[in-house]
Amino acid sequence: MNVYYLQLLILIGINIIMASSLNLVIGYTGQLSLGHAAFMSLGAYTSALATLRLGLPFGAALLIGAVVAALFGIVIGLPTLQLKGDYLAIATLGFGEIVRIVFLNLDITGGAVGLRGIPKETDFLWVICLVLITGFALNRIIHSRVGRALLAIREDETAAESMGINSTYYKTLCFGVGAFFAGIGGGLFAHWFRYIHPNTFGFLNSIEYLCMVVLGGLGNMWGAVIGAGLLTIIPELLRQIADLRLLIYGIVLIIMMRVRPQGILGQSQGKSTHTLSRYYKQILGKIKNR
Amino acid sequence: MFVQQLINGIILGSTYALIALGYTMVYGIIELINFAHGEIYMFGAFTGMILMTRFNLPFPAALLLAMVTAALMGVTVEYVAYRPLRRSPRLAALISAIGASIFLQNLALLLWGSRPQNFPSPFKIKVYQSSFFSISQLEIIILVISFLLMVGLSFFIKNTRTGKAMRATAQDRDTASLMGININRIITITFAIGSALGAAAGVLVGIYFRTVNPMMGVMPGLKGFVAAVLGGIGSIPGAMLGGLLLGIAEVAGVAYISSQYRDAIAFAILIIVLLFKPSGLVGLPDQEKV
Amino acid sequence: MAEQTILKATNICHSFGGLMALKDVDFKISSKEIVGLIGPNGAGKTTLFNLFTGHYCPTRGEIYFNNRKINGLKPYQITPQGIARTFQNIRIFSQMSVLDNVLIGQHCRTKTGLWGAIIRTSGSKREEARAYETALKMLHFVNLEEKKDEHASNLSYGEQRRLEIARALATDPTLLLLDEPAAGMNPQETSTLIKLIRQIRDEMNKTILLIEHDMKVVMSISERVAVLNYGRKIAEGTPQEVQNNDEVIKAYLGESA
Repeated sequence: MNVYYLQLLILIGINIIMASSLNLVIGYTGQLSLGHAAFMSLGAYTSALATLRLGLPFGAALLIGAVVAALFGIVIGLPTLQLKGDYLAIATLGFGEIVRIVFLNLDITGGAVGLRGIPKETDFLWVICLVLITGFALNRIIHSRVGRALLAIREDETAAESMGINSTYYKTLCFGVGAFFAGIGGGLFAHWFRYIHPNTFGFLNSIEYLCMVVLGGLGNMWGAVIGAGLLTIIPELLRQIADLRLLIYGIVLIIMMRVRPQGILGQSQGKSTHTLSRYYKQILGKIKNR
Repeated sequence: MFVQQLINGIILGSTYALIALGYTMVYGIIELINFAHGEIYMFGAFTGMILMTRFNLPFPAALLLAMVTAALMGVTVEYVAYRPLRRSPRLAALISAIGASIFLQNLALLLWGSRPQNFPSPFKIKVYQSSFFSISQLEIIILVISFLLMVGLSFFIKNTRTGKAMRATAQDRDTASLMGININRIITITFAIGSALGAAAGVLVGIYFRTVNPMMGVMPGLKGFVAAVLGGIGSIPGAMLGGLLLGIAEVAGVAYISSQYRDAIAFAILIIVLLFKPSGLVGLPDQEKV
Repeated sequence: MAEQTILKATNICHSFGGLMALKDVDFKISSKEIVGLIGPNGAGKTTLFNLFTGHYCPTRGEIYFNNRKINGLKPYQITPQGIARTFQNIRIFSQMSVLDNVLIGQHCRTKTGLWGAIIRTSGSKREEARAYETALKMLHFVNLEEKKDEHASNLSYGEQRRLEIARALATDPTLLLLDEPAAGMNPQETSTLIKLIRQIRDEMNKTILLIEHDMKVVMSISERVAVLNYGRKIAEGTPQEVQNNDEVIKAYLGESA
């Protein structure tokens, strides 16, 4: 395969992992996080140091990176998730910036020089497998008791609590899961480009993932996939007009939100057609047969 | 040493306060984080610089014209990117704001290139020395201008008909509109004033550091928002207080902790404030009704 | 029927800032009773509900449910002990299906976690099937079974109120708190509701406490009525007694009556 297209596909794959894990947090649980790239950077740096310094196999390094990101997600989420709406957004943004600045100043991460010489371990197979695993796991979570609790929190946190749902627990859990997959995305990224820099995972990158989720349609699994695909490909198509690239990107965002504020696959309020999961029909079928 | 730091902090803080005012006024009225505000500030700085270097305007005229230009720009951004989305989900408006911010940033890059440009100092470098501290004529002028602008705004909001209408709209948009207040007009005025203050901050920072560049709005933009949250978003005295405190904290942090973590200090303060008093220093807590 | 007290509140005081919303309220409810809680607007009825369900913590006083102290607990800790509620302004999960709404009620009676959800263990499958069955039973009970796949926001107002009741019942409570269940209903819907509330008590053996402004509803189904005014309990007794109580009449009609 042409190296250029391979790279594009790999980037799309990584962005799908990032967008769909963020979708769990924003789309399904309703918690506006603007620090997703920070979790990606935690996974990227941890896994890169694991292969680079400790010589661990790639799979193990990815897992460690994801776990570290998830732990940070839980530690950060526990206090900040008490906040609502824009306050949470701004707290997560602040947290993301702090992570970036710390990485800029640590010796072990290479500081402002960045981390070089990471072994090239990521390939198409790894990416495709992990995209599928991410999609599978997230889909299962959403269509379960846990997913219902998350949705209930998004819809009405007070009512959810009165149904016996410990909202702090579930919000933190979802933050941890989101961070876990973002960590995997980061590990894949680091071992593909072989060089990472704190500014690769800044505030604007978090915003980019947010845009993917919103553009595709909040709370829709395929929406995140389409959003990630489009927002990876569009800037590539605009590469010929390098100077105007981001200018047009900005315009595209504004126009998209004007034309379709709920995103490409998003539900418009009220009159949506609710798609029922296969699992749902399966159980109903079984109950009827009894 | 301490008094000197305090003065430096107040000078930096007064520019944050001017930026914060724009955020807090807009948020108070349409509950939107105006992500393009940092770019308005940057455009204000550039306009001031160009007017003084290419058109040889005197400083007061350049400042005033920069504020007017920025006001027009802010109003245009609102008209194009926010107004059509007023009834859309809030995230859509947020993404649109981000789109506007990306657009403006890259427009500046296209117009003026990425290299920092010189901002000529309009004042002779005259330093007043005392046994505790020294302060330059330039610094005094910056303080006086910010102070006058803030006092002027407070007077306007408190005493004029339009100011009262703005406060009423911030409290309850629907009721205000029933009372015969033209909401669209109020929103336009809010954006105009907020943007003008942002541009003033841009010009003041420009003459202070004697340099401008298209990315200069990103960090001050974020910090201006932090200052607004710190003081209590929606509160005008809160934004002033928040800006000053943030400036002082940042200068103190650089002096006594580490200059590398300069930007992290602002965000750490933000997170601490959000956790212990999410409504900010001046804001009133809002309890959810069940 | 054994008269067993299931909820006992003593000396409840609650203030918002400086405003006393409830003053020294004593309240008791026995197993399988239907009790009405009435009073003029702002008398503190919903505040009392919010204290029972843990949305607020009383400034003073104690609340016991099944002999266990519950004040200071959070709503999600109280619900599993057997108190469920509906809300004055309907709070259904409007972007979810009707069945999913009721399934949420089963949350505290099930325990599948992250792993069970991803792996779909046989235990979690069984649990899920059981939850579905309970949820369908509850929907059948409130006569919404046909609408189970519908988006909750597409239901009519009366249906949404019934859905909220089904959802509360799905938490398997012993005590059900209904906050103005008949508000906004037409006479026909109201009479269906009255029947439904009786059924909940008679067939499901629940204890019911309801706030209601529609006196026809309160007086026809309550065995006992408590009256709040300005945060104090001013009367308590059978509907008959309460209707003839001077203080109650004064509270509702004013001094001159």
